[in-house]
Amino acid sequence: MADERIRVVVAKPGLDGHDRGVKIVARALRDAGMEVVYTGLHQTPEQIVAAALQEDADAVGLSIHSGAHMTLFPRVLELLREAGAEDVVVFGGGIIPAEDAAALGRQGVAAIFTPGTPTARIVEWVRAAVGGDGPAVAGPVPQGAMTTPDDPPEAAEGRSADPRGTGTPSR
Amino acid sequence: MTDSQGTAPELDEGTAPQLDVGAGAEAGAGAGGPHAASAVSGPMRPSLRPSHGDGRRRRPAPVNELIERVRGGDRRAVARLISLLERGEGGELRTAAEALSASAGQAAVVGLTGAPGVGKSTLASALVALWRREGRTVGVLAVDPSSPYTGGALLGDRVRMQAHALDEGVYIRSMATRGALGGLAWATPQAARVLDAAGCEVILVETVGVGQAEIDVAGLADTTLVVLAPGLGDAVQIAKAGILEVADVLAVNKADREGADRVARDLREMVHLGLPRVPEPGGDRRWSPPVIKLSAGNGKGVDQVAKAIAEHGSHLRSSGELQRRRHARAAREIEEIAVAALRTRLGAVRRGQALDDLAERVLARSLGPYTAADELLRYGEPAPAPVPAATRARG
Repeated sequence: MADERIRVVVAKPGLDGHDRGVKIVARALRDAGMEVVYTGLHQTPEQIVAAALQEDADAVGLSIHSGAHMTLFPRVLELLREAGAEDVVVFGGGIIPAEDAAALGRQGVAAIFTPGTPTARIVEWVRAAVGGDGPAVAGPVPQGAMTTPDDPPEAAEGRSADPRGTGTPSR
Repeated sequence: MTDSQGTAPELDEGTAPQLDVGAGAEAGAGAGGPHAASAVSGPMRPSLRPSHGDGRRRRPAPVNELIERVRGGDRRAVARLISLLERGEGGELRTAAEALSASAGQAAVVGLTGAPGVGKSTLASALVALWRREGRTVGVLAVDPSSPYTGGALLGDRVRMQAHALDEGVYIRSMATRGALGGLAWATPQAARVLDAAGCEVILVETVGVGQAEIDVAGLADTTLVVLAPGLGDAVQIAKAGILEVADVLAVNKADREGADRVARDLREMVHLGLPRVPEPGGDRRWSPPVIKLSAGNGKGVDQVAKAIAEHGSHLRSSGELQRRRHARAAREIEEIAVAALRTRLGAVRRGQALDDLAERVLARSLGPYTAADELLRYGEPAPAPVPAATRARG
């Protein structure tokens, strides 16, 4: 029986320590049946790409609240290309202005999710972007009941990816 | 390990061109629903890949080609082959296991196990650093649990090991248990074989945070290191059967904390009583697991742990225990494969008519249940090569 699990590396590049958003997204992807590799804070693009390659990731999610997104995203894309791994989907989130998001999109970032994005939408997007329709639910719990009993509602909902709540809601 | 990805362009993947983002907004609406087209928060591009069912996940490189590249130390091929083995598709698994077993057994396999939060990953990272200073290449397989509810997993062991991410002599792979209950993933032994073939000299296998009886790692590792920390129970916990029995080296981490001395003392007492090791037949030189206090966080005592692992390694070789363990491992694997094949065959029988027929005969008292079971076991066997009638007549 084929077990095609989606594998996603989620990382926080750069210097900011606001990891609530990335943890919420990691949790949501996990609860959607994906295997999520979390690499921790203060990662360099080189470290993130090395992790993505070693982990055979289908996608890399970057969370950036430091304002350095215009440097960090392109560097990750560049390193993936150098490694012949441009098939790894790069997406991200954080405090990223619309015009920057558009520019990053032109460079190859597949999606930017700003604070306020429902996690369900991120999950659906990752599934579609990776292009594998592996099993969403393998265990005894039926689809639609994908939260664990100890799941705090705010984590499941992912109300805000911005730790201080100052982010602009999506329009 | 060398990294050949710079010189070996992937032919089978990465052929999807980098789409220009111009088409993004409209395409996004399809994947993300009505909200997706909203300027910033929606996806700008639903997919870099051609489409569903046509992405790289559907077309991995042929397994033989991957194995060839693994032998050359190609890190991307290592990653792909492990994923392929994790998927557990019969034919490919068979091909890979047969090919890789020819070159296996070079690496020293060290198992690292213990309760959640005792510092396994931190110690793993410290050991990797030490082995790298000795110039040895290291592979790490870090196992974390899959959710029994969703099948998803949050693999967090890398957080403690990212310092080695850029070291070409280190390969780290996180694995989710995917339903296996012994502390490892089903595919962990296969993954260890891949790392062995790729030239890793030491393979460190870190289990999930275990309770009392998840001892699969002892079946895979040459040397098993059990990590403990103060505050997790008294001497009775230590005297219980299970995880401590498989220890070749006992490490008491967080030695700077209160209670560490007591844990070490209780462990030494247990070792002294001879509890952890079943007597080895004919083994006059028995290994007594050393108890080592350390603080993996600041590195104190890590060299002692590494020394104990090395000493155990020499003991394994000089006493013939290494051969014995690897023999037991091979026997277990053959048994597992055979049992799995039997199960498949029985499953086929159950779906067919044979079981019902036998049940009727048992009910009719023309057959005992044991004889019926014997017949059932013969049922799915490949028919013996038909003996030509002429040959039989002559005999």
